[in-house]
Amino acid sequence: MSAAALTLTGVSAGYGGQTTVADVSLAVPAGARVAVIGTNGAGKSTLLRTIAGELPLLAGQMRRCETCARMGYLPQAATVDRRFPITVYEFVAMGAWQRMGVFRRMSPAVRQSIANALERTGLGAVSRRPIGELSGGQLQRARFARLILQDAAMLLLDEPFAGVDRPTREALMQLVDSWHAEGRTTLVVLHDVELVRQRFELCLTVDDGHAQLTPTAELLAVRPADAGTARHDFLRNALRA
Amino acid sequence: MNWLIDPFEFEFMRGALAACVALSLGAAPIGVFMLLRRMSLMGDAISHAILPGAAIGYLIAGLSLGAMTLGGIVAGVAVALAAGAVARRSALREDASLAAFYLISLAIGVLLVSLRSRNVDLLHVLFGSVLSLDADTLLLIGGIATVSLFGLALLYRPLVIECADPAFLRQAGGPGSIAHMGFLLLAVLNLVAGFHALGTLMAVGIMVLPAAGARLLSDRLDTMLALSVGFALAGSVGGLLTSYHLDVPAGPAVVMSLGLIYLTVLLASAARPRRHWSAGEATA
Repeated sequence: MSAAALTLTGVSAGYGGQTTVADVSLAVPAGARVAVIGTNGAGKSTLLRTIAGELPLLAGQMRRCETCARMGYLPQAATVDRRFPITVYEFVAMGAWQRMGVFRRMSPAVRQSIANALERTGLGAVSRRPIGELSGGQLQRARFARLILQDAAMLLLDEPFAGVDRPTREALMQLVDSWHAEGRTTLVVLHDVELVRQRFELCLTVDDGHAQLTPTAELLAVRPADAGTARHDFLRNALRA
Repeated sequence: MNWLIDPFEFEFMRGALAACVALSLGAAPIGVFMLLRRMSLMGDAISHAILPGAAIGYLIAGLSLGAMTLGGIVAGVAVALAAGAVARRSALREDASLAAFYLISLAIGVLLVSLRSRNVDLLHVLFGSVLSLDADTLLLIGGIATVSLFGLALLYRPLVIECADPAFLRQAGGPGSIAHMGFLLLAVLNLVAGFHALGTLMAVGIMVLPAAGARLLSDRLDTMLALSVGFALAGSVGGLLTSYHLDVPAGPAVVMSLGLIYLTVLLASAARPRRHWSAGEATA
C-alpha cells in the first residue's frame, strides 16, 4: 500500500461551467479501499466521473499508476436499456470488450471468465434470462459481474448499494473485499457509517467544495462531546447509521 | 400456382421484386435497431427529409439518379443530426422536434417538386415507382443493400453494446460515436433506396413494420433480425402480387401487405400468454 495508485494535484472538477470541487490534492495508495463520503450534491459523483475520465479536468493534474489505467467505473444511475433484447450472459460478456474488440471471437478463456463472474455474483442460474426480467438487485449483480470481466486495477463505484437489499449488499461488498485482497484499488461512494467503519481504511470526504483523504479511524473518532462541531455535523449529514 | 408465378414473367415485376428483395435484406435489419433504439419516428423524419434533398438534386441536375440520390443522402443526414441537436439543446422533447422537421421537410419537398411539376409526377416521389425502376436504380438499390449488410456486420458488436448500455461502451473506450453515426448513415442510405422504390411517404414502412412484428415474436436479437427480413420478403411479394392482380399502386400495396403481417402478429401475440421464467430454468 505504499505506491500511489492515483495522485491528484490541485484538481478542480465540475461541469456546465460550474466548479463543484476545487483544489484537490491527494494520493490514494495502491490496493486501498476508499469510502467516498459527503452530503447529496457535494460533488462526490462529479469527482468520481472526473477521475474516471468521463468529465474533463477543470484544473490541476491527475496521475494514475501504469496498471491503474485499466479502470472500471460503475456510475450511480445505470444507463442500461432493460428492454433491449440481450441475455444476462451477453450483458456480462460486454465486460470483455477490451479483450475482444470489434471482431475477435469469444475465446474459451473469455467464456470461462464469464462463467466465473456469473458464479461469483450468484447469477449462474439466470444467465440465459433477458436482462429485462432481472430485479434491481440482480441487475446490480450483473453490473458487478461485468466489472469482474473488465479485470480493472482501479474500480470506481458510485453508490453501488443504493436500492439493493442487505444480502445483495453483503454479497457485492464481499466482491469489493476480494478485489482488495487481489491488490486492486477501490473508491466507493457510500452513506452507511458501519460499512465505512468496518470495511474501508480510508475516507475521501467531499464537503463544501473541498475533498481530502483521511484514515477512517481518525475521521470517525468523534465523541458525543464533539456535537456541534463542523466534523460532527458533516458526518451526521453524510452518513446514516 | 399461376397467380403466384405468372406476374413475374413481366420484366417490370421482376425488377420490382429484385428491388424489394434488396430492400428487405438491407432495410429490415436496420429497422430492428431503429425500433430498439426508439428511433422509428426519426426514421420517418429522415425519409421525409430525403424529398427536398432529392428535389434540389433534380432542380440542379435534372432527372439524374446520382444527383437526386446525393441530395437525398445529404438532406437525410442533415435532418438526422439537426433533430438530435435540437432535442438535446432545446426544451422540446425529441418527438416534437422530429414532428417539426417531418412537416417542414415534406412541405419544402412538395413545393420544390411542384416548381417543375410537368417533369416529375408528385405521386411518384410521394409513393414511389417500384414498377418502373430502370437498371441503374436497381443497381443503386442493390449496392446500398450490400453496403448496408457489410456495414451492419462491421458495426454489430459496438452497436449492440451502444444500444444496451451507451455509457458503458464510452467508459470502456469503445467506438460509441462511430457506431451511432455509422448506423445513422446506413439508415439514411436505406431510406434513400426506399425512396426510389416506395416513395418518401412509404420508404420507412419496409424498415419499421417488419421490425415491429419481429419484436413482438422474439426476445432474441438474432431471431428478430432473421424474422424481420422474412416478414419484409413476404410482405414485398404479397404486396406486388396484390398490386398486379387488383391493379392498385405497388408501393402502398407492399406497405399495406407489411402492415397486415404486423397486425396479424400483433393479434397472435396478444392472444399468446407471456413467458414466465422460473428460478432454475436457465443455466449458464
